[in-house]
Amino acid sequence: MKPKLNASNAVAALMCAALILLPVYSAATGNIFILTLFTRIVIFALAAASLNLIMGYGGMMSFGHAAYLGIGGYAVGILAAEGIGSGFIQWPVALVVSALFALLIGSLSLRTRGVYFIMITLAFAQMAYYVASALSRYGGDDGLTVYKRSDFAGLINLSDRTQFYYLCLGCLFGGLYLIWRIVNSRFGLVVQGVRSNEQRMQAIGFHANRYRLVCFVISGTICGLAGALLANNTDFVSPAVMYWTRSGDLMVMVILGGMGSLFGPVIGAIVYLLLEELLSQFTEYSGLILGPVLLLIVLFARGGIMGLLGRMRRA
Amino acid sequence: MPDPLLRVDNLVRRYGGITATDNLSMEVVPGELHAIIGPNGAGKTTLISQLTGQVMPNSGTIRFAGRDVTGLPSYKRSRLGLARSFQITSLLKDFSAIDNVALAAQAHDGHSFRFWGNARKERHLRDTARSALERVGLGKRADIVVSQLSHGEQRELELAVALATKPQLLLLDEPMAGLGVTESARMVALLKELRKEVTIVLVEHDMEAVFALADRITVLVYGRVIACDVPDAIRRDEEVRRAYLGEQHAVTRHD
Repeated sequence: MKPKLNASNAVAALMCAALILLPVYSAATGNIFILTLFTRIVIFALAAASLNLIMGYGGMMSFGHAAYLGIGGYAVGILAAEGIGSGFIQWPVALVVSALFALLIGSLSLRTRGVYFIMITLAFAQMAYYVASALSRYGGDDGLTVYKRSDFAGLINLSDRTQFYYLCLGCLFGGLYLIWRIVNSRFGLVVQGVRSNEQRMQAIGFHANRYRLVCFVISGTICGLAGALLANNTDFVSPAVMYWTRSGDLMVMVILGGMGSLFGPVIGAIVYLLLEELLSQFTEYSGLILGPVLLLIVLFARGGIMGLLGRMRRA
Repeated sequence: MPDPLLRVDNLVRRYGGITATDNLSMEVVPGELHAIIGPNGAGKTTLISQLTGQVMPNSGTIRFAGRDVTGLPSYKRSRLGLARSFQITSLLKDFSAIDNVALAAQAHDGHSFRFWGNARKERHLRDTARSALERVGLGKRADIVVSQLSHGEQRELELAVALATKPQLLLLDEPMAGLGVTESARMVALLKELRKEVTIVLVEHDMEAVFALADRITVLVYGRVIACDVPDAIRRDEEVRRAYLGEQHAVTRHD
């Protein structure tokens, strides 16, 4: 589809420009905190964007998406602990293991629909959580410290804040570009068609579940990448990143920003994590404010923030 | 008579205590327009759904183009050239009209594990879709989202979607349902055109349309075939008249 000049596209463009220029601002003002905060936001935006691919475009309400954050993270952490520090090994392993995990849970859970699908994806993620908790060799409940960030043979230094930020941002933009291509491709149209009317898609000759499964695997793989980034960002990975509340956070980001819109999850991640950060300075009970905000969005703005902006144009 | 394109033998489908399809056998020969009529609850839609694979029969066989398709899932039957329209309009509501049709064309143009190119820019898919839309008179409405189309237009779009799969056999489940007089007339004119190109099984309540269009008519009552003949013979058939055409009280005889 042709890009049009409207409120939501303008906001998306501004947002991208701001994200690109952020390190300049940080360097000019000496505000390091904002750079670390936004590194985290960018990583979660990538994870939320991957969830949006199945949830927004594919209509698959996965409630276990944080599992891939953990799997990608543990792939990096465990390899690092075993003395394999090269990112050229760690990252592909993170992606492949995430893809395989997605293939496993996808092929089982996609036989179900609706609430059952939500419960099965949740159950698998919780299983991953408990498995990680039981890995006593790798820290168990306490988690695993990553003493050295992934090493890319001098190509890029992940311990440099700015370089690492740009790496994360590059992954986010790359992921969004990939999702954008997929969504408009033959494959993407089939997946969206199945979301809209599965029976119809079967009747015109599509084996719906095959396409859903591949979409599920792509989404999990992208989220695995976010997990590898996250472990490098925090120099630490623990079962907590896979806990069901994390999956809930990702869902909230997607819904808040706008399901089925390309930049929705990015804006959702920014707003959600900024609010969380801001509110935590005033109160321990940030949920008391975040909860009602989400409620209002769901009640009055079905398309999330992006949907609201889209409507402004028509008004 | 030529070899049948579709041949149904002793088909049975039960729902609990109700036998919706009761040992039903029928044949559709290539080139004909074969209408299926019957009172409400006669099992017409159940039959269509079994033919296309949305519902599996308890027993019996369905042969299509000389091949046993009884156990095939619907997407595979569609690839063999069996297309259907739905009684209750079943489209991709949040897609544009042309996207609906182009997806049907895409389904029959190799696999869709293509992740990169923009499918909406694929010339031949769009062209196929556009010509199917023009066939049914929706050429000017191509870019309208389905939910914005009128009911009549949606019925026509159903047909365009089925046509875009280049079917050998088109199963139409009450294409006239809910249409006004003018719209019905348009649909009849359209079906008159289409029947020249494709074999059609038509389930319809509009008797005027059925008798105007059909080469042969099968009459279904309580899941059973009580008659199958040319329209004139059906009109004269005593049992059909009792069961269906007019004298409603006689239907109970089949209990």
